[in-house]
Amino acid sequence: MTALTIKNLNVWFGAHHDRVDAVRGANFEVQVGESFGLVGESGSGKSTILKAITGLAPTWSGDISVEGTPLSGAKRDRAFYKTVQMVFQDPYASLHPRHTVDQVLSETLQLHGFKDIDTRVVKLLDDVGLGGKFRFRYPHQISGGQRQRVAVARALAGEPDILLLDEPTSALDVSVQAEILNLLTDLRDEHKLTYLMVSHDLPVIGHMCDRLAVMKDGEIVEVMDSEDLRQGTAKHDYSRSLLAASAAA
Amino acid sequence: MSLLEVENLWVRFPTRQGIFDAVRGVSFNLERERLGIVGESGSGKSMTGRAILRLIRKPGIVEADSIKLEGQNLLDLSEPEMREVRGQKISMVMQDPKFSLNPVMTIGDQIMEAYLLHNNTSKAQARVKAIEMLEAVSIRDPERVMRAYPHEMSGGMGQRIMIAMMLIPDPQILIADEPTSALDVSVQRQVLDIMDGLVKKRGMGLIFISHDLNLVSEFCDRVLIMYAGRIVEVCDADKLHEAKHPYTQGLLNSLPRLDQPKKYLEVLQRDEAWTKEDSVRGTR
Ligand SMILES: Nc1ncnc2c1ncn2[C@@H]1O[C@H](COP(=O)(O)OP(=O)(O)OP(=O)(O)O)[C@@H](O)[C@H]1O
Ligand SMILES: Nc1ncnc2c1ncn2[C@@H]1O[C@H](COP(=O)(O)OP(=O)(O)OP(=O)(O)O)[C@@H](O)[C@H]1O
Ligand SMILES: [Mg+2]
Ligand SMILES: [Mg+2]
Repeated sequence: MTALTIKNLNVWFGAHHDRVDAVRGANFEVQVGESFGLVGESGSGKSTILKAITGLAPTWSGDISVEGTPLSGAKRDRAFYKTVQMVFQDPYASLHPRHTVDQVLSETLQLHGFKDIDTRVVKLLDDVGLGGKFRFRYPHQISGGQRQRVAVARALAGEPDILLLDEPTSALDVSVQAEILNLLTDLRDEHKLTYLMVSHDLPVIGHMCDRLAVMKDGEIVEVMDSEDLRQGTAKHDYSRSLLAASAAA
Repeated sequence: MSLLEVENLWVRFPTRQGIFDAVRGVSFNLERERLGIVGESGSGKSMTGRAILRLIRKPGIVEADSIKLEGQNLLDLSEPEMREVRGQKISMVMQDPKFSLNPVMTIGDQIMEAYLLHNNTSKAQARVKAIEMLEAVSIRDPERVMRAYPHEMSGGMGQRIMIAMMLIPDPQILIADEPTSALDVSVQRQVLDIMDGLVKKRGMGLIFISHDLNLVSEFCDRVLIMYAGRIVEVCDADKLHEAKHPYTQGLLNSLPRLDQPKKYLEVLQRDEAWTKEDSVRGTR
């Protein structure tokens, strides 16, 4: 079964001379239980695809289906948020500055209709490797990586099927990155989760994903298997240069 | 005399559970070089950078024997004098770039304002310069970006705009906190080249805070490795992969590799004893 279908997707912002065609004619499918990566140039439209799915980019055309159900416009119902959750690139901007970690997680759990809030908050913090001492802190009282773990915990709160992950570990140090990626691997096994993951870190994509799409200037230039990524065999010039630059680093 | 000398720096926060020491007695110096600071999340990298500029928010406290910029102890300066230092001599690119931009002002107005503050010139000239700066950090359509607001920028564009702005005052020291974490490799390279040029041509000192061990190893001259608010190891950047401390080795081993696929990544096994070790001096 397909978890996510994107067909001929166009996303644009603004009008007239400020119009930006951020995504043009994107096509891909993600199967249930699969991890699919999006890589490519900065500003090429990776985050925009995730935003279009979650209704944060209102002007788009083409088809987006989630578990067989087509989406339209920018309104998403409760059932959608029960199925799909997103972890944002910028954890600072996505956490309310005046809400403690506890408030962020409790409120999310309440919205999803859970009753055993207290137990679940403790479990979520534990799942993302944050101890109880962080529970009553505000976003500015924790480090960048700790904030990102809170963001992952919040996304997991509603036990979604599909996680959209925008650079989930780019703010994390490598040891926490390893912990979070292992956590995501376990969660996928346990709950048959599907991931759509944006990262500029090719080894991270190679580690987590089965297949990936390479983007440049609003377009998907190539969809490849992670095995191709490991072997360094790309078809398109841009993907080849991306692989080469990453191998040199 | 070093460009910057930090002696016995502490950063403390009162919390519900008592005083928390985020930085514990760190000493190092900075020459006209690229000094990397690596270490796990929460180890005190950002707080070290911010403390130098006395940018720790209340109720946080900064204590040090001295923090000397070319011999001048920054701890003796008044707040207005410190503002001069921040504006002119030491620039910092914050870890959350979009958060440090003004959300209700266009990118163009912000860059031009910063430029005009430091250069006695016309608005038209400032505009030309602003566009040049955006081009220098590989922004594709600078004219559009000039008219745009921060929330309309991608993650990597936000980072590049912050870097462009921090270089305007031609600082003696640039503290860059995760400046390239959202950039793809090719743009990353261009941004590093710019910083590199400033170190080599203008003798700027660069403190480069990053999680990316490979990048730091390749790009920097020296590296400080931080754990729990202390420096556990100092090494030449190109020798980072031969690091001795089990913590540093643990960090290196937790990296995913394209040539060695495996189901689970290695996770750092922390040792309580590391917390008690004395901070290593990062001076030379
Ligand atoms: N709200 C918005 N209004 C106007 N333009 C926008 C908006 N959001 C994104 N854009 C533009 O769309 C383009 C694609 O942005 P997007 O954030 O998808 O890039 P990205 O591939 O995620 O890049 P990065 O790797 O730097 O995060 C950029 O040119 C950006 O300026
Ligand atoms: N206002 C505060 N009150 C209490 N503790 C704080 C406060 N601000 C920061 N801390 C703590 O200080 C420690 C060091 O934080 P710092 O931001 O320097 O970490 P870092 O090394 O930059 O981590 P990262 O790589 O995740 O950005 C963290 O454990 C953090 O939780
Ligand atoms: Mg993005
Ligand atoms: Mg930090």
